Parts: sequence; C-alpha cells; structure tokens
Amino acid sequence: MQHGKYRFIVGFLALPLGLYALFVVWPFIQSIYYSFTDWTGLSPEFKMVGFDNYTRMIHDDIFWKSLEHSLLFALVLPLVTISLALFFAFMINVGGRRRRGGPAISGVRGSSFYKIVYFFPQVLSIAIVALLFAFAYNPDSGAINSILRGIGLGSVQPLWLGDPSLALWCVMAVLVWSTVGFFVVLFSAGMASIPTELYESALLDGAGRAATFFRITLPLLWDTVQSGWVYMGILALGAESFAVVQIMTTGPGGPDYSTTVLVLYVYQKAFRDGQAAYATTIGVALLVVTLAFAAIVMRLGRRERLEF
Amino acid sequence: MKTTETPAPLPAESGATVSKIDVPVPGPAGKKREGGVLNVFSHGVLIIWAIMVVTPLLWAVMTSFKSDSSIFSSPWSLPDHLHFDNWSRAWTQANMSDYFLNTVLVVGGSLIGTLVLGSMAAYVLARFDFPGNRFIYYLFVGGMSFPIMLALVPLFYVVNNMGLLNTIHGLILVYIAYSLPFTVFFLTAFFRTLPTSVAEAAFVDGASHTRTFFQIMLPMAKPGLISVGIFNFLGQWNQYMLPTVLNTDPDKKVLTQGLVQLAVSQGYKGDWSGLFAGLVMAMLPVLGAYIVFQRQVVQGLTAGALK
Repeated sequence: MQHGKYRFIVGFLALPLGLYALFVVWPFIQSIYYSFTDWTGLSPEFKMVGFDNYTRMIHDDIFWKSLEHSLLFALVLPLVTISLALFFAFMINVGGRRRRGGPAISGVRGSSFYKIVYFFPQVLSIAIVALLFAFAYNPDSGAINSILRGIGLGSVQPLWLGDPSLALWCVMAVLVWSTVGFFVVLFSAGMASIPTELYESALLDGAGRAATFFRITLPLLWDTVQSGWVYMGILALGAESFAVVQIMTTGPGGPDYSTTVLVLYVYQKAFRDGQAAYATTIGVALLVVTLAFAAIVMRLGRRERLEF
Repeated sequence: MKTTETPAPLPAESGATVSKIDVPVPGPAGKKREGGVLNVFSHGVLIIWAIMVVTPLLWAVMTSFKSDSSIFSSPWSLPDHLHFDNWSRAWTQANMSDYFLNTVLVVGGSLIGTLVLGSMAAYVLARFDFPGNRFIYYLFVGGMSFPIMLALVPLFYVVNNMGLLNTIHGLILVYIAYSLPFTVFFLTAFFRTLPTSVAEAAFVDGASHTRTFFQIMLPMAKPGLISVGIFNFLGQWNQYMLPTVLNTDPDKKVLTQGLVQLAVSQGYKGDWSGLFAGLVMAMLPVLGAYIVFQRQVVQGLTAGALK
C-alpha cells in the first residue's frame, strides 16, 4: 500500500488541517502574543508592553469578581447537576417496585419516558432557553412570581435577575435545568450495564438502597462521573455560561457586575470597550483556570479502576 | 494515597447462589413494604422533575397563542382564543423566515463540510503511519479542551482580514474548523475499529487510496458518521457565541442570534406575543427531530461525553 501514499496523506490532510490551523490554532497563539501588547483592536498599530496587561488585571476588581463567579460556575454547577442526575438515574434504574419473580432490582415503570422527557432541554439552544427563562423570571409579569402569587405567597416577590445577590444563582439554575437530563441518560446507560447480581447479593447481605448506591453504583460509575465533571466544568467556564449570562442579564452583566463571568468579561473588553489586548489577557487567565480545573479534577478523582 | 473501597459483595461469590432463587429477597414483610414506599417516592420525585422540565416549554407554546395584554396581566391563564396571527407576524415581519433560511444554509454547509473533512483527516490519522501522525492527532484533539472565547478576539480579525466577516460561507468555514476536534477524535477511534481486509482487497484490485476511501471505507463508517453528524448538527444549530462575534449583519443573522436580537429590540416595539411565537418556532423543529430520532440523538451526544 505504499504507492502514492504520501501524496494521498498530504492531499487528505491539507484542507482540514489548514482550516483548523487558520481558524483555531493560529488565533490561540496570536491571543497569547497580543496579551503582551497594547492593541486596541481598532487600529493596526500596537507596541509591546511586556506584562502591563497582567499587572493591570491583578489590580482589576471586576476581573477578580468575574473570576470568583467563574469558579463558582465550575464548582457548584457540576456538583449540583451531577448529584441531581445521579439521584434521578438511580431512581429510574433501581427505584422500581419489586415484582414477584422479577429481579431484586428494577427500574421504575416508564423509565424510558422519563429519559426522553428529561433530555428535552438538552436539544434546545442555550440561547433560546436563556430567553425563555428571562421571561419567566420577570418580577412583575413573569411566570415564576405569578405562581408564587397563585399559591398565596404574594408577599414573596423576589426581583430574581434584578437582585444582585440572587441573579447569579438564577442564571445557574437555568443551566442546571437544561443539563441534568443529559447526565441522567449518560448515567442510566452506565447503571444499566452493572450486573444485577451485584445488587441482589448486596440486598441479601442486608444493605439498604443508600448503601447500595454508595458502595456499588457510584464506585462502578466513577469514570463516567469524572469525565462528566470535567465536561460540565469546561462548558460552565466557557460557551454555556457566556450565553446565559449575556442574554439573561443584559447591560454590564447583572446589576453591579453581579453575574459577570470571565468569558463575558473577555467579550465586553474586546468588542464593547475596544481593549482587545487586555481582553486576550483575561482570556489567558481563563485558559489557565480551565486547564487547572481539568487537571485537578482528573488528579483528585483518580481511583483504582474497578472491573466488572 | 487513596485506596479504593471495593463493593462489599463480589460477583464471584454471589452469582452462583443468588441468581437461581426465584424471589430473590424473601425478606420479612417490612422489607416488601420498603420496596413499595420507595416506588412511590421515586415516581414522585421523577414526576416532579418531569413537570419542571415540561412546564416552561408548554408555557412558551401557550403564551405564543395569547395576546400581548394577557401575557402580562395573567401569565398562566389560557389564551382567550388562539392568536395564530402571532405566528404569521413572527414568520414574516419579525424575519423568522430569514433567520431560519440562514441557519439551514449555515448548518447544512457546515455539517457536510465537517463530515467530509473530518472523516478524511480521521481516516488518514487512523490508518496510515507517517512522521508527525501523533502530533497532528493531538493538535486536533487538544482543541476540545480550550476555551473558544480566548481565540475569538484574534479570530475576529483573521476572518475580517480575509473579507469573510458577515458572510454565510465565512461562518461555515469557522463552524467546520471548530467542529473538527471532536469529529476527528471520534472518527479516528471509529476507523480503527473497522476491518482492514476489505480496504486492502480493494487496493490490490487497483483502486486508488482516494477511491478506496470514498467507495469502501466511507459507506462502512456510516454508523459513526451518523452519531457524530447528530452531535455536530445540534451543536451547530444551537451555536450562539461564534455568530454573535463573527456575524453582525442583520440580514445574515442565524436563529439564536435573531431571537436574542428580537428580544432586545422588543423593549421598543412591544410585540411580545410575536417573540414567543418565534421562540416556539425555533424550538419545535429540534424537539420534533429529537422525538423522532431520539435513540440516535442520545447515542450521538453521550458518545461525545464518554470519551
């Protein structure tokens, strides 16, 4: 198979690699370079300024605020989403009524119905989801406060997105809502492949459901949980949090920058304030945070692999 | 150092004795009732979440048929009558038809390009040994974990300098480039699993490498292409960040952008019912496609996270 091999390889790789290098790799390299300049993004002239942008970043209160929010996104969001998803997946796969003569452990009736419905938000654009909830959160005429009035809690009418101490949590709740279903399906697939004998013998030994979960299901599912955690964290630091924060909390990113996350701050500095070089500096910080997050989760989560 | 907690029962000692028993846990009555209580509990919890998922979607559909005044005065009441005019107004006056067409063009072009270019690169990387193979592979795969936002600022100027800003084909090229990391990663693994004998036989029979690829390997890779195709379809259809930065011409907007734009400008126009109709219009095709192809969608998406 040697004839014309290299010509073929080059011919097949040239176009994909070229596009990828031009639109992905090259901008990445450039952005690190730009972070050492005073480029505004508006004019072609700029000069090297060394670490000035980094010094400025360290003294920028809004940077620290958005870093804090981004870290909250990366830690709280996967924790809540994955815990909920594990709980639901366990209920779907193990929470069923024991039928006579059937296996000791069974899924609930209609488990495939739940899996289909839970997955709905996942196929919708995060932008559409964000718009929808921006309406629902509206303090005067939104659906949520209207429900509160309807059940007699008319005195409890939070401002939701308008309240600096609530806005960030409201935005996070939307991401939880839209992502849980994906992980339910993912974990369900993992749980379905765990042999039922393991559960049966655990029940014979008198283990309750909670013990079965923590001593059988979770350890055997650990790899999936871990890669899900990294996946969710990267989404929460990047594209998804950008869409929800930018759409739901317009203006500076929530009242008094209360929801600004790093990605949004990069966007605003680059495309609103004309400070492209400073934006790329914050982008580099975001890259460092993302890589550190992935490394830490992989490191802390390392377990001996369980085979079954 | 951490040691692993092994689950108390091991399959070896349990399997033989337990699996033969008809009613596996012949426990006391209390145990049985526990199962029943648990069943009620788990159904209860599961139904509550199902309601929480479906309610906002149904609420959006219902609202899209209401008049502007009743949207604000009573968000939860049923529409007095079905205002289909909301839908026609959104489709024509609010430019939903244009946004739809733009999205179909961009996603159609990107999807085909992603699959063709991605499978070409993956095939070469999976099947041929050459210096730099590993380097190129990791170069592609590394792109999966990088925050796109970092590259967006210089990307804007790269695209601008090439005269591709605010063009459909420019957006297509960028979508393809950003879809390649996962596509190459997924398809490389897939091509490795395909048998080599068929391709070798074709080659011995005188087919060129290119012909072998397009006529033999690509048809064999169909299941993999479908999975990764669905993954990319949803990702590209729902893309928001890239068009927001690279595509600011009002005539070229894609659905997600167009809707957000509409929502922002609604502050002045006040056509909220039309906006809801637009939202539902953008939601329904994907939801419908999901219900029809849900098995493939789930496979395509979960394959993305598992690896």
